[in-house]
Amino acid sequence: MSTLLEVQGLEAFYGRTKALHGVSFSMAKGGITTILGANGAGKTTTLRAISRMVRTTGTIRFENEALERKATEDVVQLGIAHAPEGRGTFVHLTVEENLKLGAWGRRERGNLKDDFERVFAYFPALRERRRQAAGTLSGGEQQMLAVARALMLRPRLLLLDEPSLGLAPLVVREIFRILKTINQTGVTILLVEQNAALALDLADHVFLLETGRVVMEGPSDVLRKDDAIRRAYLGY
Amino acid sequence: MSASRLPRIIGLLALLVVGCALPFVLSNFRLFQFSQVYIYAIAILGLNILTGYNGQFSLGHGAFYAVGAYVSAIMMDRWNIPYGWTIPVAGVLCLIVGFLFGLPALRLEGLYLALATFSLALAVPQILKYFEHWTGGSQGIVLSKPNAPFGLSLNPDQWLYFVTLGVLVLLFWLGANLLKGRIGRAIVAIRDNHIAAEAMGINTALYKSLVFGVSAAYTGVAGALSASVIAYVAPDSFNVFLSVTLLIGSVIGGLASISGAVFGALFIQFVPNWAQDISKAAPWAIFGVFLIGFMYLMPFGIAGGMRLLWIRATRSRVQQEGRSAVPTQAHTTT
Amino acid sequence: MDIFIQQVVSGLATGGIYASLALALVMIYQATDVVNFAQGELAMFATYICWSLINEGMPYWAAFLSTLAIAFAGGIVIERVVIRPVENAPILSIVMVTLGLLVICNSVAGWIWTYVQKPFPSPFSANPFKAGNIVLGAHDLGQIEVTLLVLLCIYLFFRFTPLGLAMRAAAHNPVSSRLVGIRVGWMLALGWGLAAVFGAVAGMMVAPVLTLEPNLMGGVQIYAFAAATLGGFTSPGGAVLGGFIVGVVENLVGTYVSFIGTELKFTVALAMIIVVLLVKPTGLFGSTVVKRV
Repeated sequence: MSTLLEVQGLEAFYGRTKALHGVSFSMAKGGITTILGANGAGKTTTLRAISRMVRTTGTIRFENEALERKATEDVVQLGIAHAPEGRGTFVHLTVEENLKLGAWGRRERGNLKDDFERVFAYFPALRERRRQAAGTLSGGEQQMLAVARALMLRPRLLLLDEPSLGLAPLVVREIFRILKTINQTGVTILLVEQNAALALDLADHVFLLETGRVVMEGPSDVLRKDDAIRRAYLGY
Repeated sequence: MSASRLPRIIGLLALLVVGCALPFVLSNFRLFQFSQVYIYAIAILGLNILTGYNGQFSLGHGAFYAVGAYVSAIMMDRWNIPYGWTIPVAGVLCLIVGFLFGLPALRLEGLYLALATFSLALAVPQILKYFEHWTGGSQGIVLSKPNAPFGLSLNPDQWLYFVTLGVLVLLFWLGANLLKGRIGRAIVAIRDNHIAAEAMGINTALYKSLVFGVSAAYTGVAGALSASVIAYVAPDSFNVFLSVTLLIGSVIGGLASISGAVFGALFIQFVPNWAQDISKAAPWAIFGVFLIGFMYLMPFGIAGGMRLLWIRATRSRVQQEGRSAVPTQAHTTT
Repeated sequence: MDIFIQQVVSGLATGGIYASLALALVMIYQATDVVNFAQGELAMFATYICWSLINEGMPYWAAFLSTLAIAFAGGIVIERVVIRPVENAPILSIVMVTLGLLVICNSVAGWIWTYVQKPFPSPFSANPFKAGNIVLGAHDLGQIEVTLLVLLCIYLFFRFTPLGLAMRAAAHNPVSSRLVGIRVGWMLALGWGLAAVFGAVAGMMVAPVLTLEPNLMGGVQIYAFAAATLGGFTSPGGAVLGGFIVGVVENLVGTYVSFIGTELKFTVALAMIIVVLLVKPTGLFGSTVVKRV
């Protein structure tokens, strides 16, 4: 299994405040990795660092290409799609327009029709609402739209920030089921989640962040059985 | 948090001594220019309090300047009231007018308040010309410069210089005290997050209207002083250009800053003259270049730029906040 | 009745000019929260460039289109070179830069072309159009046609092209736009370019009526502010409609209300602004932006 993403000694800064203190990890191609941790641990910051939305030092290599000097737009063109915290939907634009924008960063544009079909197959609710303004969609549908928009890029790496936030358990379960299917088509996923139980279920690799540092990492089935994690994050 | 106050007080006193010495060194014309600088500084401080510290945009402060100037002029011209009395009267009147204007303005934010005040500024010359009976119409009112009292051997320009300097020192001292205390913190809190301020128990409606009143009062006093210093008031001197000039002075000097008002006043008084010296053909183009250049180098105004330099020199830690509409910095006041 | 129709048509013609300039203002405001005070002056400058081209012998429509291209390029350059260095500065500081641009434009135009008024040609025939008892100026009608054509093209561009969609997205949500790979800075520059084009159209249409001089657009810009306020600074369509309404109202008030002379020229515009701000500040079609605390 080849390495898709490798991060070494990553430090991230908001102004003068350091949010990540030397985070290092790597992701294999085709896997699902999840970052767990409490509020303020630096999970979202890690994703933002990869997307170049925040100032960093340290190295980030994606398929052996260094990302540190690249702008967000360039990173998108390399095939990294980021569904940010809070969905980031274009609320005044229609569902269809949101999806079209998802494909903007693609190097080879090609015919969008196939991509639309694929995405609607995953999320039929979106097909019904394709001409509706995205802001009128429910929370769950907006999350589906965020994932769908990211998929329009035909990404090699999908960054997801708290997809379960504010959603009903049934909807979340559905979304996670679809994520598994998406992964099976070859999309590597890096998932930030607070809902540890679901995340551990979906992911094959986990690492734990605490105040900007990696404190624990390993395969998910091993960590799931770890007492400390169970008590701290799963509540039993 | 702040450095020892003694060097600062000594510095200000030194400036004051220099300021008092100028009338015996400079020509009458230069004194006139400096009196104008002090007047602008008072007006700009008024604007700073409203826009810089309280976050309410005003593109119409020229209106209050005009009110102050005309109140003073009419009192002197019609009722022979000595200029000294006209100044506090102008101030109080503008305080009331400003407060009354502040009430409906509460409903307007940002761009919309700017538009409303801009419209007000545009209307001022026309309103002044309309009430000819009081204002003398387009021709304005000609006044005479007062003589120094108690037979002091100062000519009118010198005397007026001391008057404006004195009022400046007084109003700046009052302003500094106002802004450094609880009231000042409340005012800034309203600017930074008025919903949170309201939630903390600050009566934002009352404060915002009062700040409008105080701001108008400062600018009105400046206008009243200008009536004596220039010895003439006419509607076209108080057009929208005046309001824009005051705003420029405010931003250039540093919006949430007391000393910034003086820097801004120096800029709007002298840079147009320099621009004229540099290019007779297109002086305003030079002014525009200066204006843009200052914003590139010091987006937080001169006071802000100096603060940054001071901080870098003393290497203290500063948190850079996110972008705000009003150029301010974490620690305000002088 | 005939006079009424004539005045309405005439009002629509000037309204089209206000609509174009208002659209320029709103486009930039929507994307950046900045009101570009220099918009009118840039339009005046473009109009002078057209005048120079015509003076050199270029036929009108060739000069017109060349000027649009030059204005477009100019707008992009100004955004990238003049505005970009302060794009992260506080909004008032950026407004100061636009004020600086305003005075520079005005002053340089006066320096290059002097303050002497120059006649500017109208491409439309001098013969008025007659329908029964109604006489309509050819320039007025032509002006309305040109304005509508430009507005139609822009509408189609934004609604149906990928680039138009990307520009809309960048104005609406720059962060998410970067995440889908849109270069927001360049979208902004394109926005300034288009705004300059609208301004140029407004300038070239109004110059034959007002005669060309550096202060050509001063009054027009105030009416454009009124139009944008009425229609809503957050709504391009509203700003356009606002422009037409302001134009018609201005004309009708000027015709039917006797004491509005040239002294109170701006009164109509100012009154409209104040009324709108008192009743519904966000305008007919604007919406309040709800900000989370």
